[in-house]
Amino acid sequence: MAAASASGGGRTLNSALFYVFLVVFVLVSVFPLVWIFKMSIVTKAELFESPPTILPNTPTGASYGTIFADPSFQKALINSTIIAGVTTVICLFFGAIAAYAIARLRFRFKSIVMTLILAISFFPAVAIIAPLFIQFRRIGIIDTYLAAIVPDVVFALPLTIWILVAFFKELPFDLEEAAKIDGATTIQAFRMVIVPLAAPGVFTTAILTFIFAWNEFLFANTFLFDDSTQPVTVVIPNFATVYTVDYGAQAAAAVVVTVPLVIMVLIFQRRIVSGLTAGAVKG
Amino acid sequence: MTTPVKQKKRSGLKEEFGNPERRTAYYMILPALFIILVVAFYPITYSLYLSFHQANINAVGNFVGLQNYILMFQNTEFLDGLRNTLIFTVISVFFEFIIGLAIALAINRAFRGRGLVRAAILVPWAFPTVISAVMWRLMFQDQVGIIQYAATSLGVISDPILSNQTLLLIGAILVDTWKTTPFMALLILAGLQTIPGEVYEAARVDGASVWQRFFRITLPLLKPAILVAVLFRTLDAYRIYDLFWAMSNRELESLSTFVYKGVRISQLNFAVGNAASVFIFITAFAIAIFFIKVLGMQTSTEE
Repeated sequence: MAAASASGGGRTLNSALFYVFLVVFVLVSVFPLVWIFKMSIVTKAELFESPPTILPNTPTGASYGTIFADPSFQKALINSTIIAGVTTVICLFFGAIAAYAIARLRFRFKSIVMTLILAISFFPAVAIIAPLFIQFRRIGIIDTYLAAIVPDVVFALPLTIWILVAFFKELPFDLEEAAKIDGATTIQAFRMVIVPLAAPGVFTTAILTFIFAWNEFLFANTFLFDDSTQPVTVVIPNFATVYTVDYGAQAAAAVVVTVPLVIMVLIFQRRIVSGLTAGAVKG
Repeated sequence: MTTPVKQKKRSGLKEEFGNPERRTAYYMILPALFIILVVAFYPITYSLYLSFHQANINAVGNFVGLQNYILMFQNTEFLDGLRNTLIFTVISVFFEFIIGLAIALAINRAFRGRGLVRAAILVPWAFPTVISAVMWRLMFQDQVGIIQYAATSLGVISDPILSNQTLLLIGAILVDTWKTTPFMALLILAGLQTIPGEVYEAARVDGASVWQRFFRITLPLLKPAILVAVLFRTLDAYRIYDLFWAMSNRELESLSTFVYKGVRISQLNFAVGNAASVFIFITAFAIAIFFIKVLGMQTSTEE
């Protein structure tokens, strides 16, 4: 613990420096969000003031009014929720059963399977947009939610499986043994014993998968041309041309899509950290 | 019904699939594997096939050998993208690693306000990259941007950031470092926490200095965690797309934006764009192999 850092004397000075360092770090991390929030609540005139004001003089919700009155923004929020939600459900279903087999069962080609799954996380998604574009046009799913969900699932699955494997491995083995002695099949042992016990881990994985899908941009921007299915990640950057100099509205839109994520992160931070590091370090 | 996972191996197979537990394992793996193979591995082979043919979005034409690749290397936009991507990747990963390591070493102890620091780490990480690009773009903006204002007042720059390629690239590196350094710190911190404290005690008893302890103990024991974190970040930076796209109004070229423009926007450049996507795939693969073989990264804790 302390062995790694403390160096004998000057302890108070040391810890003062340490806290200065922490404060700087925290400020730098959150500054953009705070500043953009400030930009979203000032009047247009104040926005263009030079030098810029640090605190807003007369806070106003006008920018939020503009953005929420825009039907394409509302639609984009719904689209993002649908795409990320469906992706999460599909990933958890297939990911959980695959992760269970990898974590708890013995079989021969495990390392090949693991390598294949790992390979996906190293896979540049952009390398397959040309063939997917052709295929998706052929089967007619361009401009539908499916065009974003299908590739999202593939690229989120390794993350889902990896984290779930880490969680499943931590559960004691005697539990399934006991269930099997009582006559349960492997599937039953998985469904009735492991899934309920691993619920917190599964929940954490769901949050991470949801964030991953919510933030996805490349596939959505390639396969969705029409704003009836485009998610927020595609719609908001285009606001630069829609709202040109209404920077307040652009700031408000950015705040609206990040605040739910920030709240989620603040509530579940402990779990998220354990999920992320379980997936990356043990994997 | 047996699973089509692999037919090559002979004798033990019957036993492998005869065992009910093992058979169940294969059934459970199969759906996920199937999705991955169909949606990722099949397309990449098709990409490769396309790259040797005349092709556009509607039809595949004659075999043209390496012509698409030759055209690609003659394309100035591709070369710009390649140069920007390499500069971006090397510099941003370098800073992320150094700063991330420093942060991890600093917060690897019990202290008050841990939760706050953890939240500060996760906030930039949770942002969609395009949205952070939009946010920073507003701060770089020449009429209302705080950073433009500060940098101009201090006399650091005189040009508007958003219309200067070099400044844009520097800006992109800055934004990426801001967004992913905390994540790097998190991964390295997790690695640090697996080093037992007794190792340091022993070294201290033997009279090792702080720096000796760092270079002889911490770094070597941390190597696996560092390699994983750096490889992930390198591959991520190498395929940079969203940040450049949303921050620069499509002016800053990267390898991925070049592919995107060819495949999605310009009908004429479809084949060349696709060739560039194969180029990204092969070089990314080479980077991963380099980390695993040359630097000795462990890929799996399995068996």
